[in-house]
Amino acid sequence: MGKSLVEKIWDAHVVKTIDGGPSVLYIDRHFIHEVTSPQAFAGLRKRGLPVFRPKQIVATADHNVPTILQHLPIKEELSRQQVDKLVSNCKEFGIELYGLGHPYQGIVHVIGPELGVTQPGMTIVCGDSHTSTHGAFGTIAFGIGTSEVEMVMATQCVLQSKPKLMRINVDGELNPGVLSKDIILYIISKLSASGATGYFVEYAGSTIRGLTMEARMTICNMSIEMGARGGLIAPDEVTFKYLEGREFSPKGKDWDAAVAKWKELYSDQDAKFDSEINIKAEDIQPMITYGTNPGMGIGVDQSIPAEQEITEKEKAGFLKSLQYMGLQAGQPIKGQKVDYVFIGSCTNSRIEDLRLVAGFVRGKKKASNVEVWVVPGSKQVEKAAQEEGIDKIFEEAGFQLRQPGCSACLGMNEDKIPAGKYCISTSNRNFEGRQGPNARTLLASPLTAALAAITGKVEDVREYFN
Amino acid sequence: MKHIKSTAVPINIENIDTDQIIPARFLKATSREGFGKNLFRDWRFENDDEAQPKKDFPLNDSKWKGRILVGAKNFGCGSSREHAAWAIKDYGFDVVISSFFADIFKNNALNNFLLPVQVSDDFLQKIFDAIETDPNTEIEVNLEHQTIGIPTIGIEEKFDINSYKKTCLINGYDDIDFLLSIRNDIEGFENKRKAVGAA
Repeated sequence: MGKSLVEKIWDAHVVKTIDGGPSVLYIDRHFIHEVTSPQAFAGLRKRGLPVFRPKQIVATADHNVPTILQHLPIKEELSRQQVDKLVSNCKEFGIELYGLGHPYQGIVHVIGPELGVTQPGMTIVCGDSHTSTHGAFGTIAFGIGTSEVEMVMATQCVLQSKPKLMRINVDGELNPGVLSKDIILYIISKLSASGATGYFVEYAGSTIRGLTMEARMTICNMSIEMGARGGLIAPDEVTFKYLEGREFSPKGKDWDAAVAKWKELYSDQDAKFDSEINIKAEDIQPMITYGTNPGMGIGVDQSIPAEQEITEKEKAGFLKSLQYMGLQAGQPIKGQKVDYVFIGSCTNSRIEDLRLVAGFVRGKKKASNVEVWVVPGSKQVEKAAQEEGIDKIFEEAGFQLRQPGCSACLGMNEDKIPAGKYCISTSNRNFEGRQGPNARTLLASPLTAALAAITGKVEDVREYFN
Repeated sequence: MKHIKSTAVPINIENIDTDQIIPARFLKATSREGFGKNLFRDWRFENDDEAQPKKDFPLNDSKWKGRILVGAKNFGCGSSREHAAWAIKDYGFDVVISSFFADIFKNNALNNFLLPVQVSDDFLQKIFDAIETDPNTEIEVNLEHQTIGIPTIGIEEKFDINSYKKTCLINGYDDIDFLLSIRNDIEGFENKRKAVGAA
């Protein structure tokens, strides 16, 4: 019987399998950041252990960093301490750090791919659930907790049980104005916030094949939002072209050898999946969420479900969610006013996202009732935006182009959405308080967010593309 | 860890994500201790103010107490922050019961000797009904036999846990000790891969 892509990569990384237990999985690349690593370093110190393979770890500071005046000391003391701790830990344990001020600094899931650290066929972990992003390159990439971060630091291995396998095929032409963000929000709205728990998801089909690497990353990034342990896409010419010439990509003969090996990374014809789902691209509309988990999404021209459409079991959660959001069951979402627009996060902060937004807003001005933050995913994205004149377009539109970091995705650094305010956000989570206590998040694509920045409300981008 | 008998605190809400369990702004500590005081921070307090507890939230209601937390389906979804498991443990819970756990949370819990017990939807409903009827109802969890039950009303169910993790929990072993003990295998694996030109 043939093997699936996940099985091919998994089997190549199993050091041993424990009877009646998990497998010892060897990890090729480990990304770390300031929030989920300090206790792991402390653990090593307590045990008197070195980092086993420091060259396989890459560190950056992203969650806690401010996105303005990054050359000044971080104002919030605890944030500063945590970032400083990362600097001293990396120095003590011999780990490469792309910290604040470094030309490679940025959101961990943006810099890994853009530097070519992420490569097909690898196993990749990070103490961050959005590690699934790297799956876009045909990797087994998943988020881990701090105890596991310590395990990988100490032994380059983690203990994981073999996941179930799901394949989601998306085929056909996308409607104008529909982006990869809409594809994944649509999938999660169909499967629910727990629909893929226990699975690794392979995304396949002609629509997926037609996407750029950055668009593919957006899809894999949000796999965790339906509970999946990871999501991945078989590498192809698009992948190879993206990786060629990047800082840490193989060069010369090594490159040719690597590509030859990467070409074997696909699911065999007769590979078995525990679950298989088929989606027609033309059914996907520009999506938006109305509730407090990413599964609560609808097309922008649809209405929030009426109370009677919700099962008895889910009703309490549904109503709690709407009460938090200040929205009514059955109401249309189109026309909903927004106060903030956040374009950024490991989901949508890459140069293509910024280009798309800039192309759309060129010559337009933001609505007077909204504040617009565009936060590039990395120093390199920021630099490219400046070189391409995207910064000028944003300035003229009244958008703030800030400095790289996780920013308003998670209410941890200085960028928070005030209580009660509505933020249309290109990030990945709309949980209660995610963007700040009592902040109200509407997840959407960069285009839908850009349109809201101009009109001050939720609108249908298709009306502007026809 | 082998045997726990306790009253329980019910939070009958589905999809309890780790941002609720411990909001991101409390993740700035560099040690593992002290997260319990911010457990469910924004569900517990109005306006982020400890002087304004939300009276209807179970952790603020003195009739609910015990070492067992009961949540509805898809408990611990979202962020991988292990701080969520630390906060629950630090607050004083040793067991979390749900009909469904998010994968990363489940691993994090196990790595911190916080036992996630997954029960059927029906059984979970019976637990909620029993403890909501009588908050003094005791739940009994037997890790060795992998059973969970409420003796006073005569219900019991088996739960799954892999035998490796069960041994770890019962004996207080951790994964790092185990991984360090097979370091030769790991180095052997690395050498074998180098020899065939992989990675």
